Amino acid sequence: MSVDKNMNILVVDDYKTMLRIVRNLLKQLGFNNVDEATDGSTALQKLRDKKYGLVISDWNMEPMSGLQLLKEVRADSRLSDVPFIMVTAESKSENVVAAKEAGVTNYIIKPFNAETLKQKLTAVLGNFD
Amino acid sequence: MTATKGSDVSARGENDPLRAELERRLKAMADEGPRTDPSDIATAVESVMATVEGDLSAVNLKLYAEIEALARYIDGAKAEIAEIRPDEIRDEHLPAATDELEQIVGATENATNQILESVESVEEVAEELDSDKAEKITNAVTNIYEACSFQDITGQRITKVVKTLQQIETKVEALLAAFGEEVARERRKRGDDSAGGASQEDKDKALMNGPAASGEGVSQDDIDALLAGFD
Repeated sequence: MSVDKNMNILVVDDYKTMLRIVRNLLKQLGFNNVDEATDGSTALQKLRDKKYGLVISDWNMEPMSGLQLLKEVRADSRLSDVPFIMVTAESKSENVVAAKEAGVTNYIIKPFNAETLKQKLTAVLGNFD
Repeated sequence: MTATKGSDVSARGENDPLRAELERRLKAMADEGPRTDPSDIATAVESVMATVEGDLSAVNLKLYAEIEALARYIDGAKAEIAEIRPDEIRDEHLPAATDELEQIVGATENATNQILESVESVEEVAEELDSDKAEKITNAVTNIYEACSFQDITGQRITKVVKTLQQIETKVEALLAAFGEEVARERRKRGDDSAGGASQEDKDKALMNGPAASGEGVSQDDIDALLAGFD
């Protein structure tokens, strides 16, 4: 099954520069429908208002963290199947385990490069070249 | 109350007024129908008096010495605290350091946005070029995007430092208050911390440590292996 590059992708990060960087990298890969949110609660509202094919979220945000957002998404029957990639500087094993237990689809450590992002998107969505 | 050394009632003279008073009271008790031999009670009272008086004197001496040493220690600590001028630290140094760090975050964010804006323009121009040139420019632009993510990482690290400064500020505030209050607060804090287990929310918050220092954390490969272990 081919990847729908017109899918809506929600990028969540409290650093606007990071939102911009991820958006640009996604654009280079052919994904142009990218929305942004700067914390978990705003992201959750967007997810409930519009259909998204992927969430790419930072962890360390206030007031709602990326982990809490992930738990909310997995607990919502209408959102529970949305692929969720955590992109974060939190690089300890206990963080990865906690995210996995909460239902994360994949995990990228900051700082990351474009190739890593592409590999993870392929792993989550399938080959889109 | 004057401490008197314990002594045996029987060793006191016949005319000792204390002995006479004690015997009078014991006789009165005996006349009222005591269940216990008055002489046994007298012996017990004398025994307890002798023990208590002796111990109290030793304890008092030790206690006074400890309190005196503690008072000297507190005076010394107060003098040292006064010398480092905690009011200046609280009112000037810490706010200044915090402001400086916040300005660094703001400045790097502005600079990064300017770089990104410029690079986005270059990328748009690249779309008008032939494929070879466009590819070269796109690769360079991608490298710049990757490099610009430093702002996010440094921002998080600086935020950690700012939080640490805020904690120090709180501690200095406590030093400026009376020591007794500080001790009471610490005791209450310990009580709060030990009461009940940590909530799930607290456990989740405990996982937010920000970027790991060099040598801490794990690599992307390690994380991939860890994730694969769940499948």
